[in-house]
Amino acid sequence: MTDRRTGFLFMLLAVLVALIFTSLVLVIAGASPVAAYWYILKGSLGSWTNFANVMVAWVPLLLATSGLLITFAAGLWNIGIEGQIVLGGIFTTWVLRLLQHSAMSPALILILAIAAGAIGGALWSVLAGVLKVYGGVNEIFGGLGLDFVAVALTLWLIFGPWKRPGIGSMSGTEPFPEKLWLPTVAGSRLSLWALLLGLIGAAVVYFLLSGTYFGLKLKAVGKNPRAAHLLGIPTTAYLMSAFLLSGLFAGLAGAVQVTAVYHRLIPAISSGYGWLGLMVSMLINFQPAWVAPVTLFFAILNIGSIQLPIVLKLDSSLSGVLQGALVLSFLLMAGARQRWQEKHGQEVSRE
Amino acid sequence: MKIELRHIHKHFGPVHANDDITLTIPSGSIFGLLGENGAGKSTLMKILSGYFHPDAGEIRVNGSPVVLHSPADAIRFGIGMLHQDPMDFPPMRVIDNFMVGYPEGLTLPRAAARAALESISARFGFTLDPDAFVGSLTVGERQQLEIARLLWLGAQVLIFDEPTTGISAQQKEKLFAALRRLAEAGKTVIFVTHKLEEVQILCDQVAVLRAGKVVGQTRAPYDLDALVRMMFGKAVSKGQRTSAPLGDVVLQIKRLAVEDIRLRIAGVNLEVREGEVIGLAGMEGSGQRHLLRACAGLVRPVEGEIWVDGENLTGKGYHEFMRRGVAYVPAARLEEGLVPTLTLMEHVILADEQRGLVIDRQTALEKTRDRIATFNIRGRPNLPVESLSGGNQQRALLALLRPGLRLILMEHPTRGLDMESAIWVWETLKRRCREERTAIFFMSSDLEEILHYSDRILVFFSGQVSEPIPAEGTTTEQLGQLIGGRGFPSGKEVQP
Repeated sequence: MTDRRTGFLFMLLAVLVALIFTSLVLVIAGASPVAAYWYILKGSLGSWTNFANVMVAWVPLLLATSGLLITFAAGLWNIGIEGQIVLGGIFTTWVLRLLQHSAMSPALILILAIAAGAIGGALWSVLAGVLKVYGGVNEIFGGLGLDFVAVALTLWLIFGPWKRPGIGSMSGTEPFPEKLWLPTVAGSRLSLWALLLGLIGAAVVYFLLSGTYFGLKLKAVGKNPRAAHLLGIPTTAYLMSAFLLSGLFAGLAGAVQVTAVYHRLIPAISSGYGWLGLMVSMLINFQPAWVAPVTLFFAILNIGSIQLPIVLKLDSSLSGVLQGALVLSFLLMAGARQRWQEKHGQEVSRE
Repeated sequence: MKIELRHIHKHFGPVHANDDITLTIPSGSIFGLLGENGAGKSTLMKILSGYFHPDAGEIRVNGSPVVLHSPADAIRFGIGMLHQDPMDFPPMRVIDNFMVGYPEGLTLPRAAARAALESISARFGFTLDPDAFVGSLTVGERQQLEIARLLWLGAQVLIFDEPTTGISAQQKEKLFAALRRLAEAGKTVIFVTHKLEEVQILCDQVAVLRAGKVVGQTRAPYDLDALVRMMFGKAVSKGQRTSAPLGDVVLQIKRLAVEDIRLRIAGVNLEVREGEVIGLAGMEGSGQRHLLRACAGLVRPVEGEIWVDGENLTGKGYHEFMRRGVAYVPAARLEEGLVPTLTLMEHVILADEQRGLVIDRQTALEKTRDRIATFNIRGRPNLPVESLSGGNQQRALLALLRPGLRLILMEHPTRGLDMESAIWVWETLKRRCREERTAIFFMSSDLEEILHYSDRILVFFSGQVSEPIPAEGTTTEQLGQLIGGRGFPSGKEVQP
């Protein structure tokens, strides 16, 4: 059997295992698995509106996951991604608040706001990088800490300086005037501008990691910094640029959440896309080519399961169960495949 | 304990690493297993120690067949192995590491272990402090610890896989003495090596492996030429000493001092000329590596100056030295030299000059194929480097050196390589000296290598550095005595 075919078989097996596990959970919860899967499909792909909603969820997840692949390439676990999305949202909101009553054209304000979001995410990420490179704080701990700070910062802004007239509430800041919303396709919440941004972002990361010197050097730094140094690569600069770029993408995700989806800052502005992006990254074994299809699939699961509480009296967190089960079974099958290959003496080569 | 291996086969993908090997190994003597890199010695021994499972064949212990599922299984049958790289626990204390693998009970028999360690040490002349940290021991002491541990677990058969790699001459003497005592005590000692002289001075009999097959067995005294022909299938020799004509001064070291917590070397003055080869001799850890690293900008000197091609580079980083045509080749190939998981081709791309932003894979592929052919690497462009054998990794490292270098700094250029590969490595290096007028500055624990390939030699003795000695006319004995401290100002001699 060829390498590629065994790979495909194990992938199929992984999907099967995840489906069986989730079905079991459904049966225990007293629901029909077939019906549940059917409603997920219907709720996500059953109508144009539903599919537009899938795209709305897809864009930030696509951006966040693309960014994560850059840090993963450099051997970094950018757990701070959630906080970076949040900071993107905060910076975007900040610029919109500053300029919303100015005479500038809405298009220009939106561009500035989105750019500010990217910068905000990048700054938060570079902070984790500085802590790691110069402070010796592992990026996982630094990032996690900064995640909490970012959430606290959002809450303080929503209930403090940026609170709604009268009294602050969990529903977020005062919505921006409609002229400062990213234009959407008529009859839906989908913004083609946001979609374009997401697709370009994913394409850039794919190109960066698979075709450029930058990507290859980043990988070298990630896999063996000492050898990379001896090969003439400035390792610190590469680590910091990985943080910077990853944060930039996360910040864009936050900016899209504010300008295209919620039109204000809300406490849960990141929608957990950072965590989901980490899961997707592991699921696809950090291969850039798989980011777009798999994040789309995860968005389908997310949007599709929104219907479940209404029609099947199931909690919508079922999509989370399915996503988690998928990631775990893929990792499991990757391990199983490796053992199988060792046993059957297949040479591991990379194409 | 008598060991019989019968018709052992082992495949790794397309490679037939062990091809119908049948050997009988008696107890109470030292049995040598000789062969070049990749001959299948380690594989065979890993099968005997339960680390690998053979595809076919049988292992017999004292006449009865056994099946070994794991190294723990093997030690129950009395078979223990010392691996090429020490498999111990540097952060542990000696006594704790000694007890690792002890099979019985919930609580550790600390007092009994201590007593056992002491009695074993006394018997075999080991010097092990039970409370020292394993990480602070020399490689030789770590081997002693491993031997003691295996003996305590009841090993009757002890396998040594290339145990002299990276230990000093003194440590080697001690190790060989211990091996002889083990054999006298009736143990079965198997000694895996690619070095003829070690077989000659140590082994009672030897089996030679080539390309996975046993190609001959013989007893002492040996006909060395016959052994070489068996190992390589042809006669191999180092050839005549050669020297390239010297040119301008490439490297100037002025009153240099380098230090770390353990050691300080000071007052080094040296000029290295184009085409010249300088060898650094000394016991491991006498300061050779410090000096090499300082000359590459990898370690910042505390005093003195380093000039390359008439330019003062003191205090500059490695990348600045690189731009002036200095290259550093470390001994730890997979830790420092290569990037595991990246392919051979990706290494070629990284090592070459960057052209633009986007990688031209087609050109890179051709270039890689070219290097594979020139440097005789057994591997394909898209193979991850860690899947290459040690010798091929060394060839890959050399293949990554850019043309037209001014100075190459090398740690142990041929460590772990068989004779044929080592000769080949030096041929390519010497060609650079002749044709590109590159200077080479290298350290090695192999005195023959230093004497044969250097023009001049610096001897290191616990942080002191000798004046340069011409290699021509110096004998191994003289060099050995210098390394032991004879002739140094504070010249106390080190007892072997």
